[in-house]
Amino acid sequence: MSHRARFAVFVIGVAGLAVLYVLAAFRLPDFGGRFHPYGERAVTSAIAERTKNVVSSVNFDQRAFDTVGEELILFASALGAVVLLRTVRREREEEAGEHGYGPADVFDALRLTGYALLPVTLLIGVYIVAHGHLSPGGGFQGGVVLGTALHLLYLTGDYPALDRLRPVPAFEAGEALAAGVFVILGLAGAGLVIPMNAMVGLEVGCAIVLVLTKFFEQALLVRTDEAGKGEGT
Amino acid sequence: MADAVLIVALALAVVMATAVVLTRDPARQAIVLSAYGVTLGILFLVLQAPDVALSQIAVGTVVVPLVVILAIHAIRRQHGERR
Repeated sequence: MSHRARFAVFVIGVAGLAVLYVLAAFRLPDFGGRFHPYGERAVTSAIAERTKNVVSSVNFDQRAFDTVGEELILFASALGAVVLLRTVRREREEEAGEHGYGPADVFDALRLTGYALLPVTLLIGVYIVAHGHLSPGGGFQGGVVLGTALHLLYLTGDYPALDRLRPVPAFEAGEALAAGVFVILGLAGAGLVIPMNAMVGLEVGCAIVLVLTKFFEQALLVRTDEAGKGEGT
Repeated sequence: MADAVLIVALALAVVMATAVVLTRDPARQAIVLSAYGVTLGILFLVLQAPDVALSQIAVGTVVVPLVVILAIHAIRRQHGERR
């Protein structure tokens, strides 16, 4: 497809999107108004389920099907990262620590902060998952916090320690298991906010760790054979 | 009063979004993107959506900039550039 044809397709697409967007925006209730047709129905049926956190009830009871789709998107992205960023024939992967990636030269203050924050952040992640049915947060938010918390170890300059702390097969199994159980729970029906939160937390945490692991490997360990001579960082 | 807080939060988000676009070096852009994520988180909090604010702060200020930085690092290393 030539540049001109591609541009024409792009213009048609953007114009169509703009028209639909403007039409949709005119039908929206006013910002900050008192008219909430969807909100009133959602809150009424959430209260009928006797939940304390309406957002969780909407996510996991009323719209669990949407949430399943959302989880599967994340699942697919983690799977894509694992498959696309694997070590291919022309590349080789170094052992973590082969080139002295850690404990690297970082400021003592940064190292201490990383080590001190790691347990606290993990605890906060578990708290956000476990209290998702009561307070703001839930499986997704807590899962992301848990998944990123591990990488505080990278901030401390200790990549080998991070590598030991996250055995990739375990996280792959955890992610697949959590995604499967979540779909089963979603089919089982309403009122399962707490186990669903736990499964989403596990799934999201594993997915984030897997994606970040693959990116870390690409950035630090994998090198192509031609370009891989004499450039250790 | 509530309106003033909302306007400040919106203005902050607009300023940081513009800063992201105007930053040309991708590595710096990732850091500015992270700061922009914080302002979006504040905006969502002001709009009484703490769940969304939590997601935004976790994903928008940590995961996305980290992935961008790692990708840039990998590309630079593959091309043998030092800075």
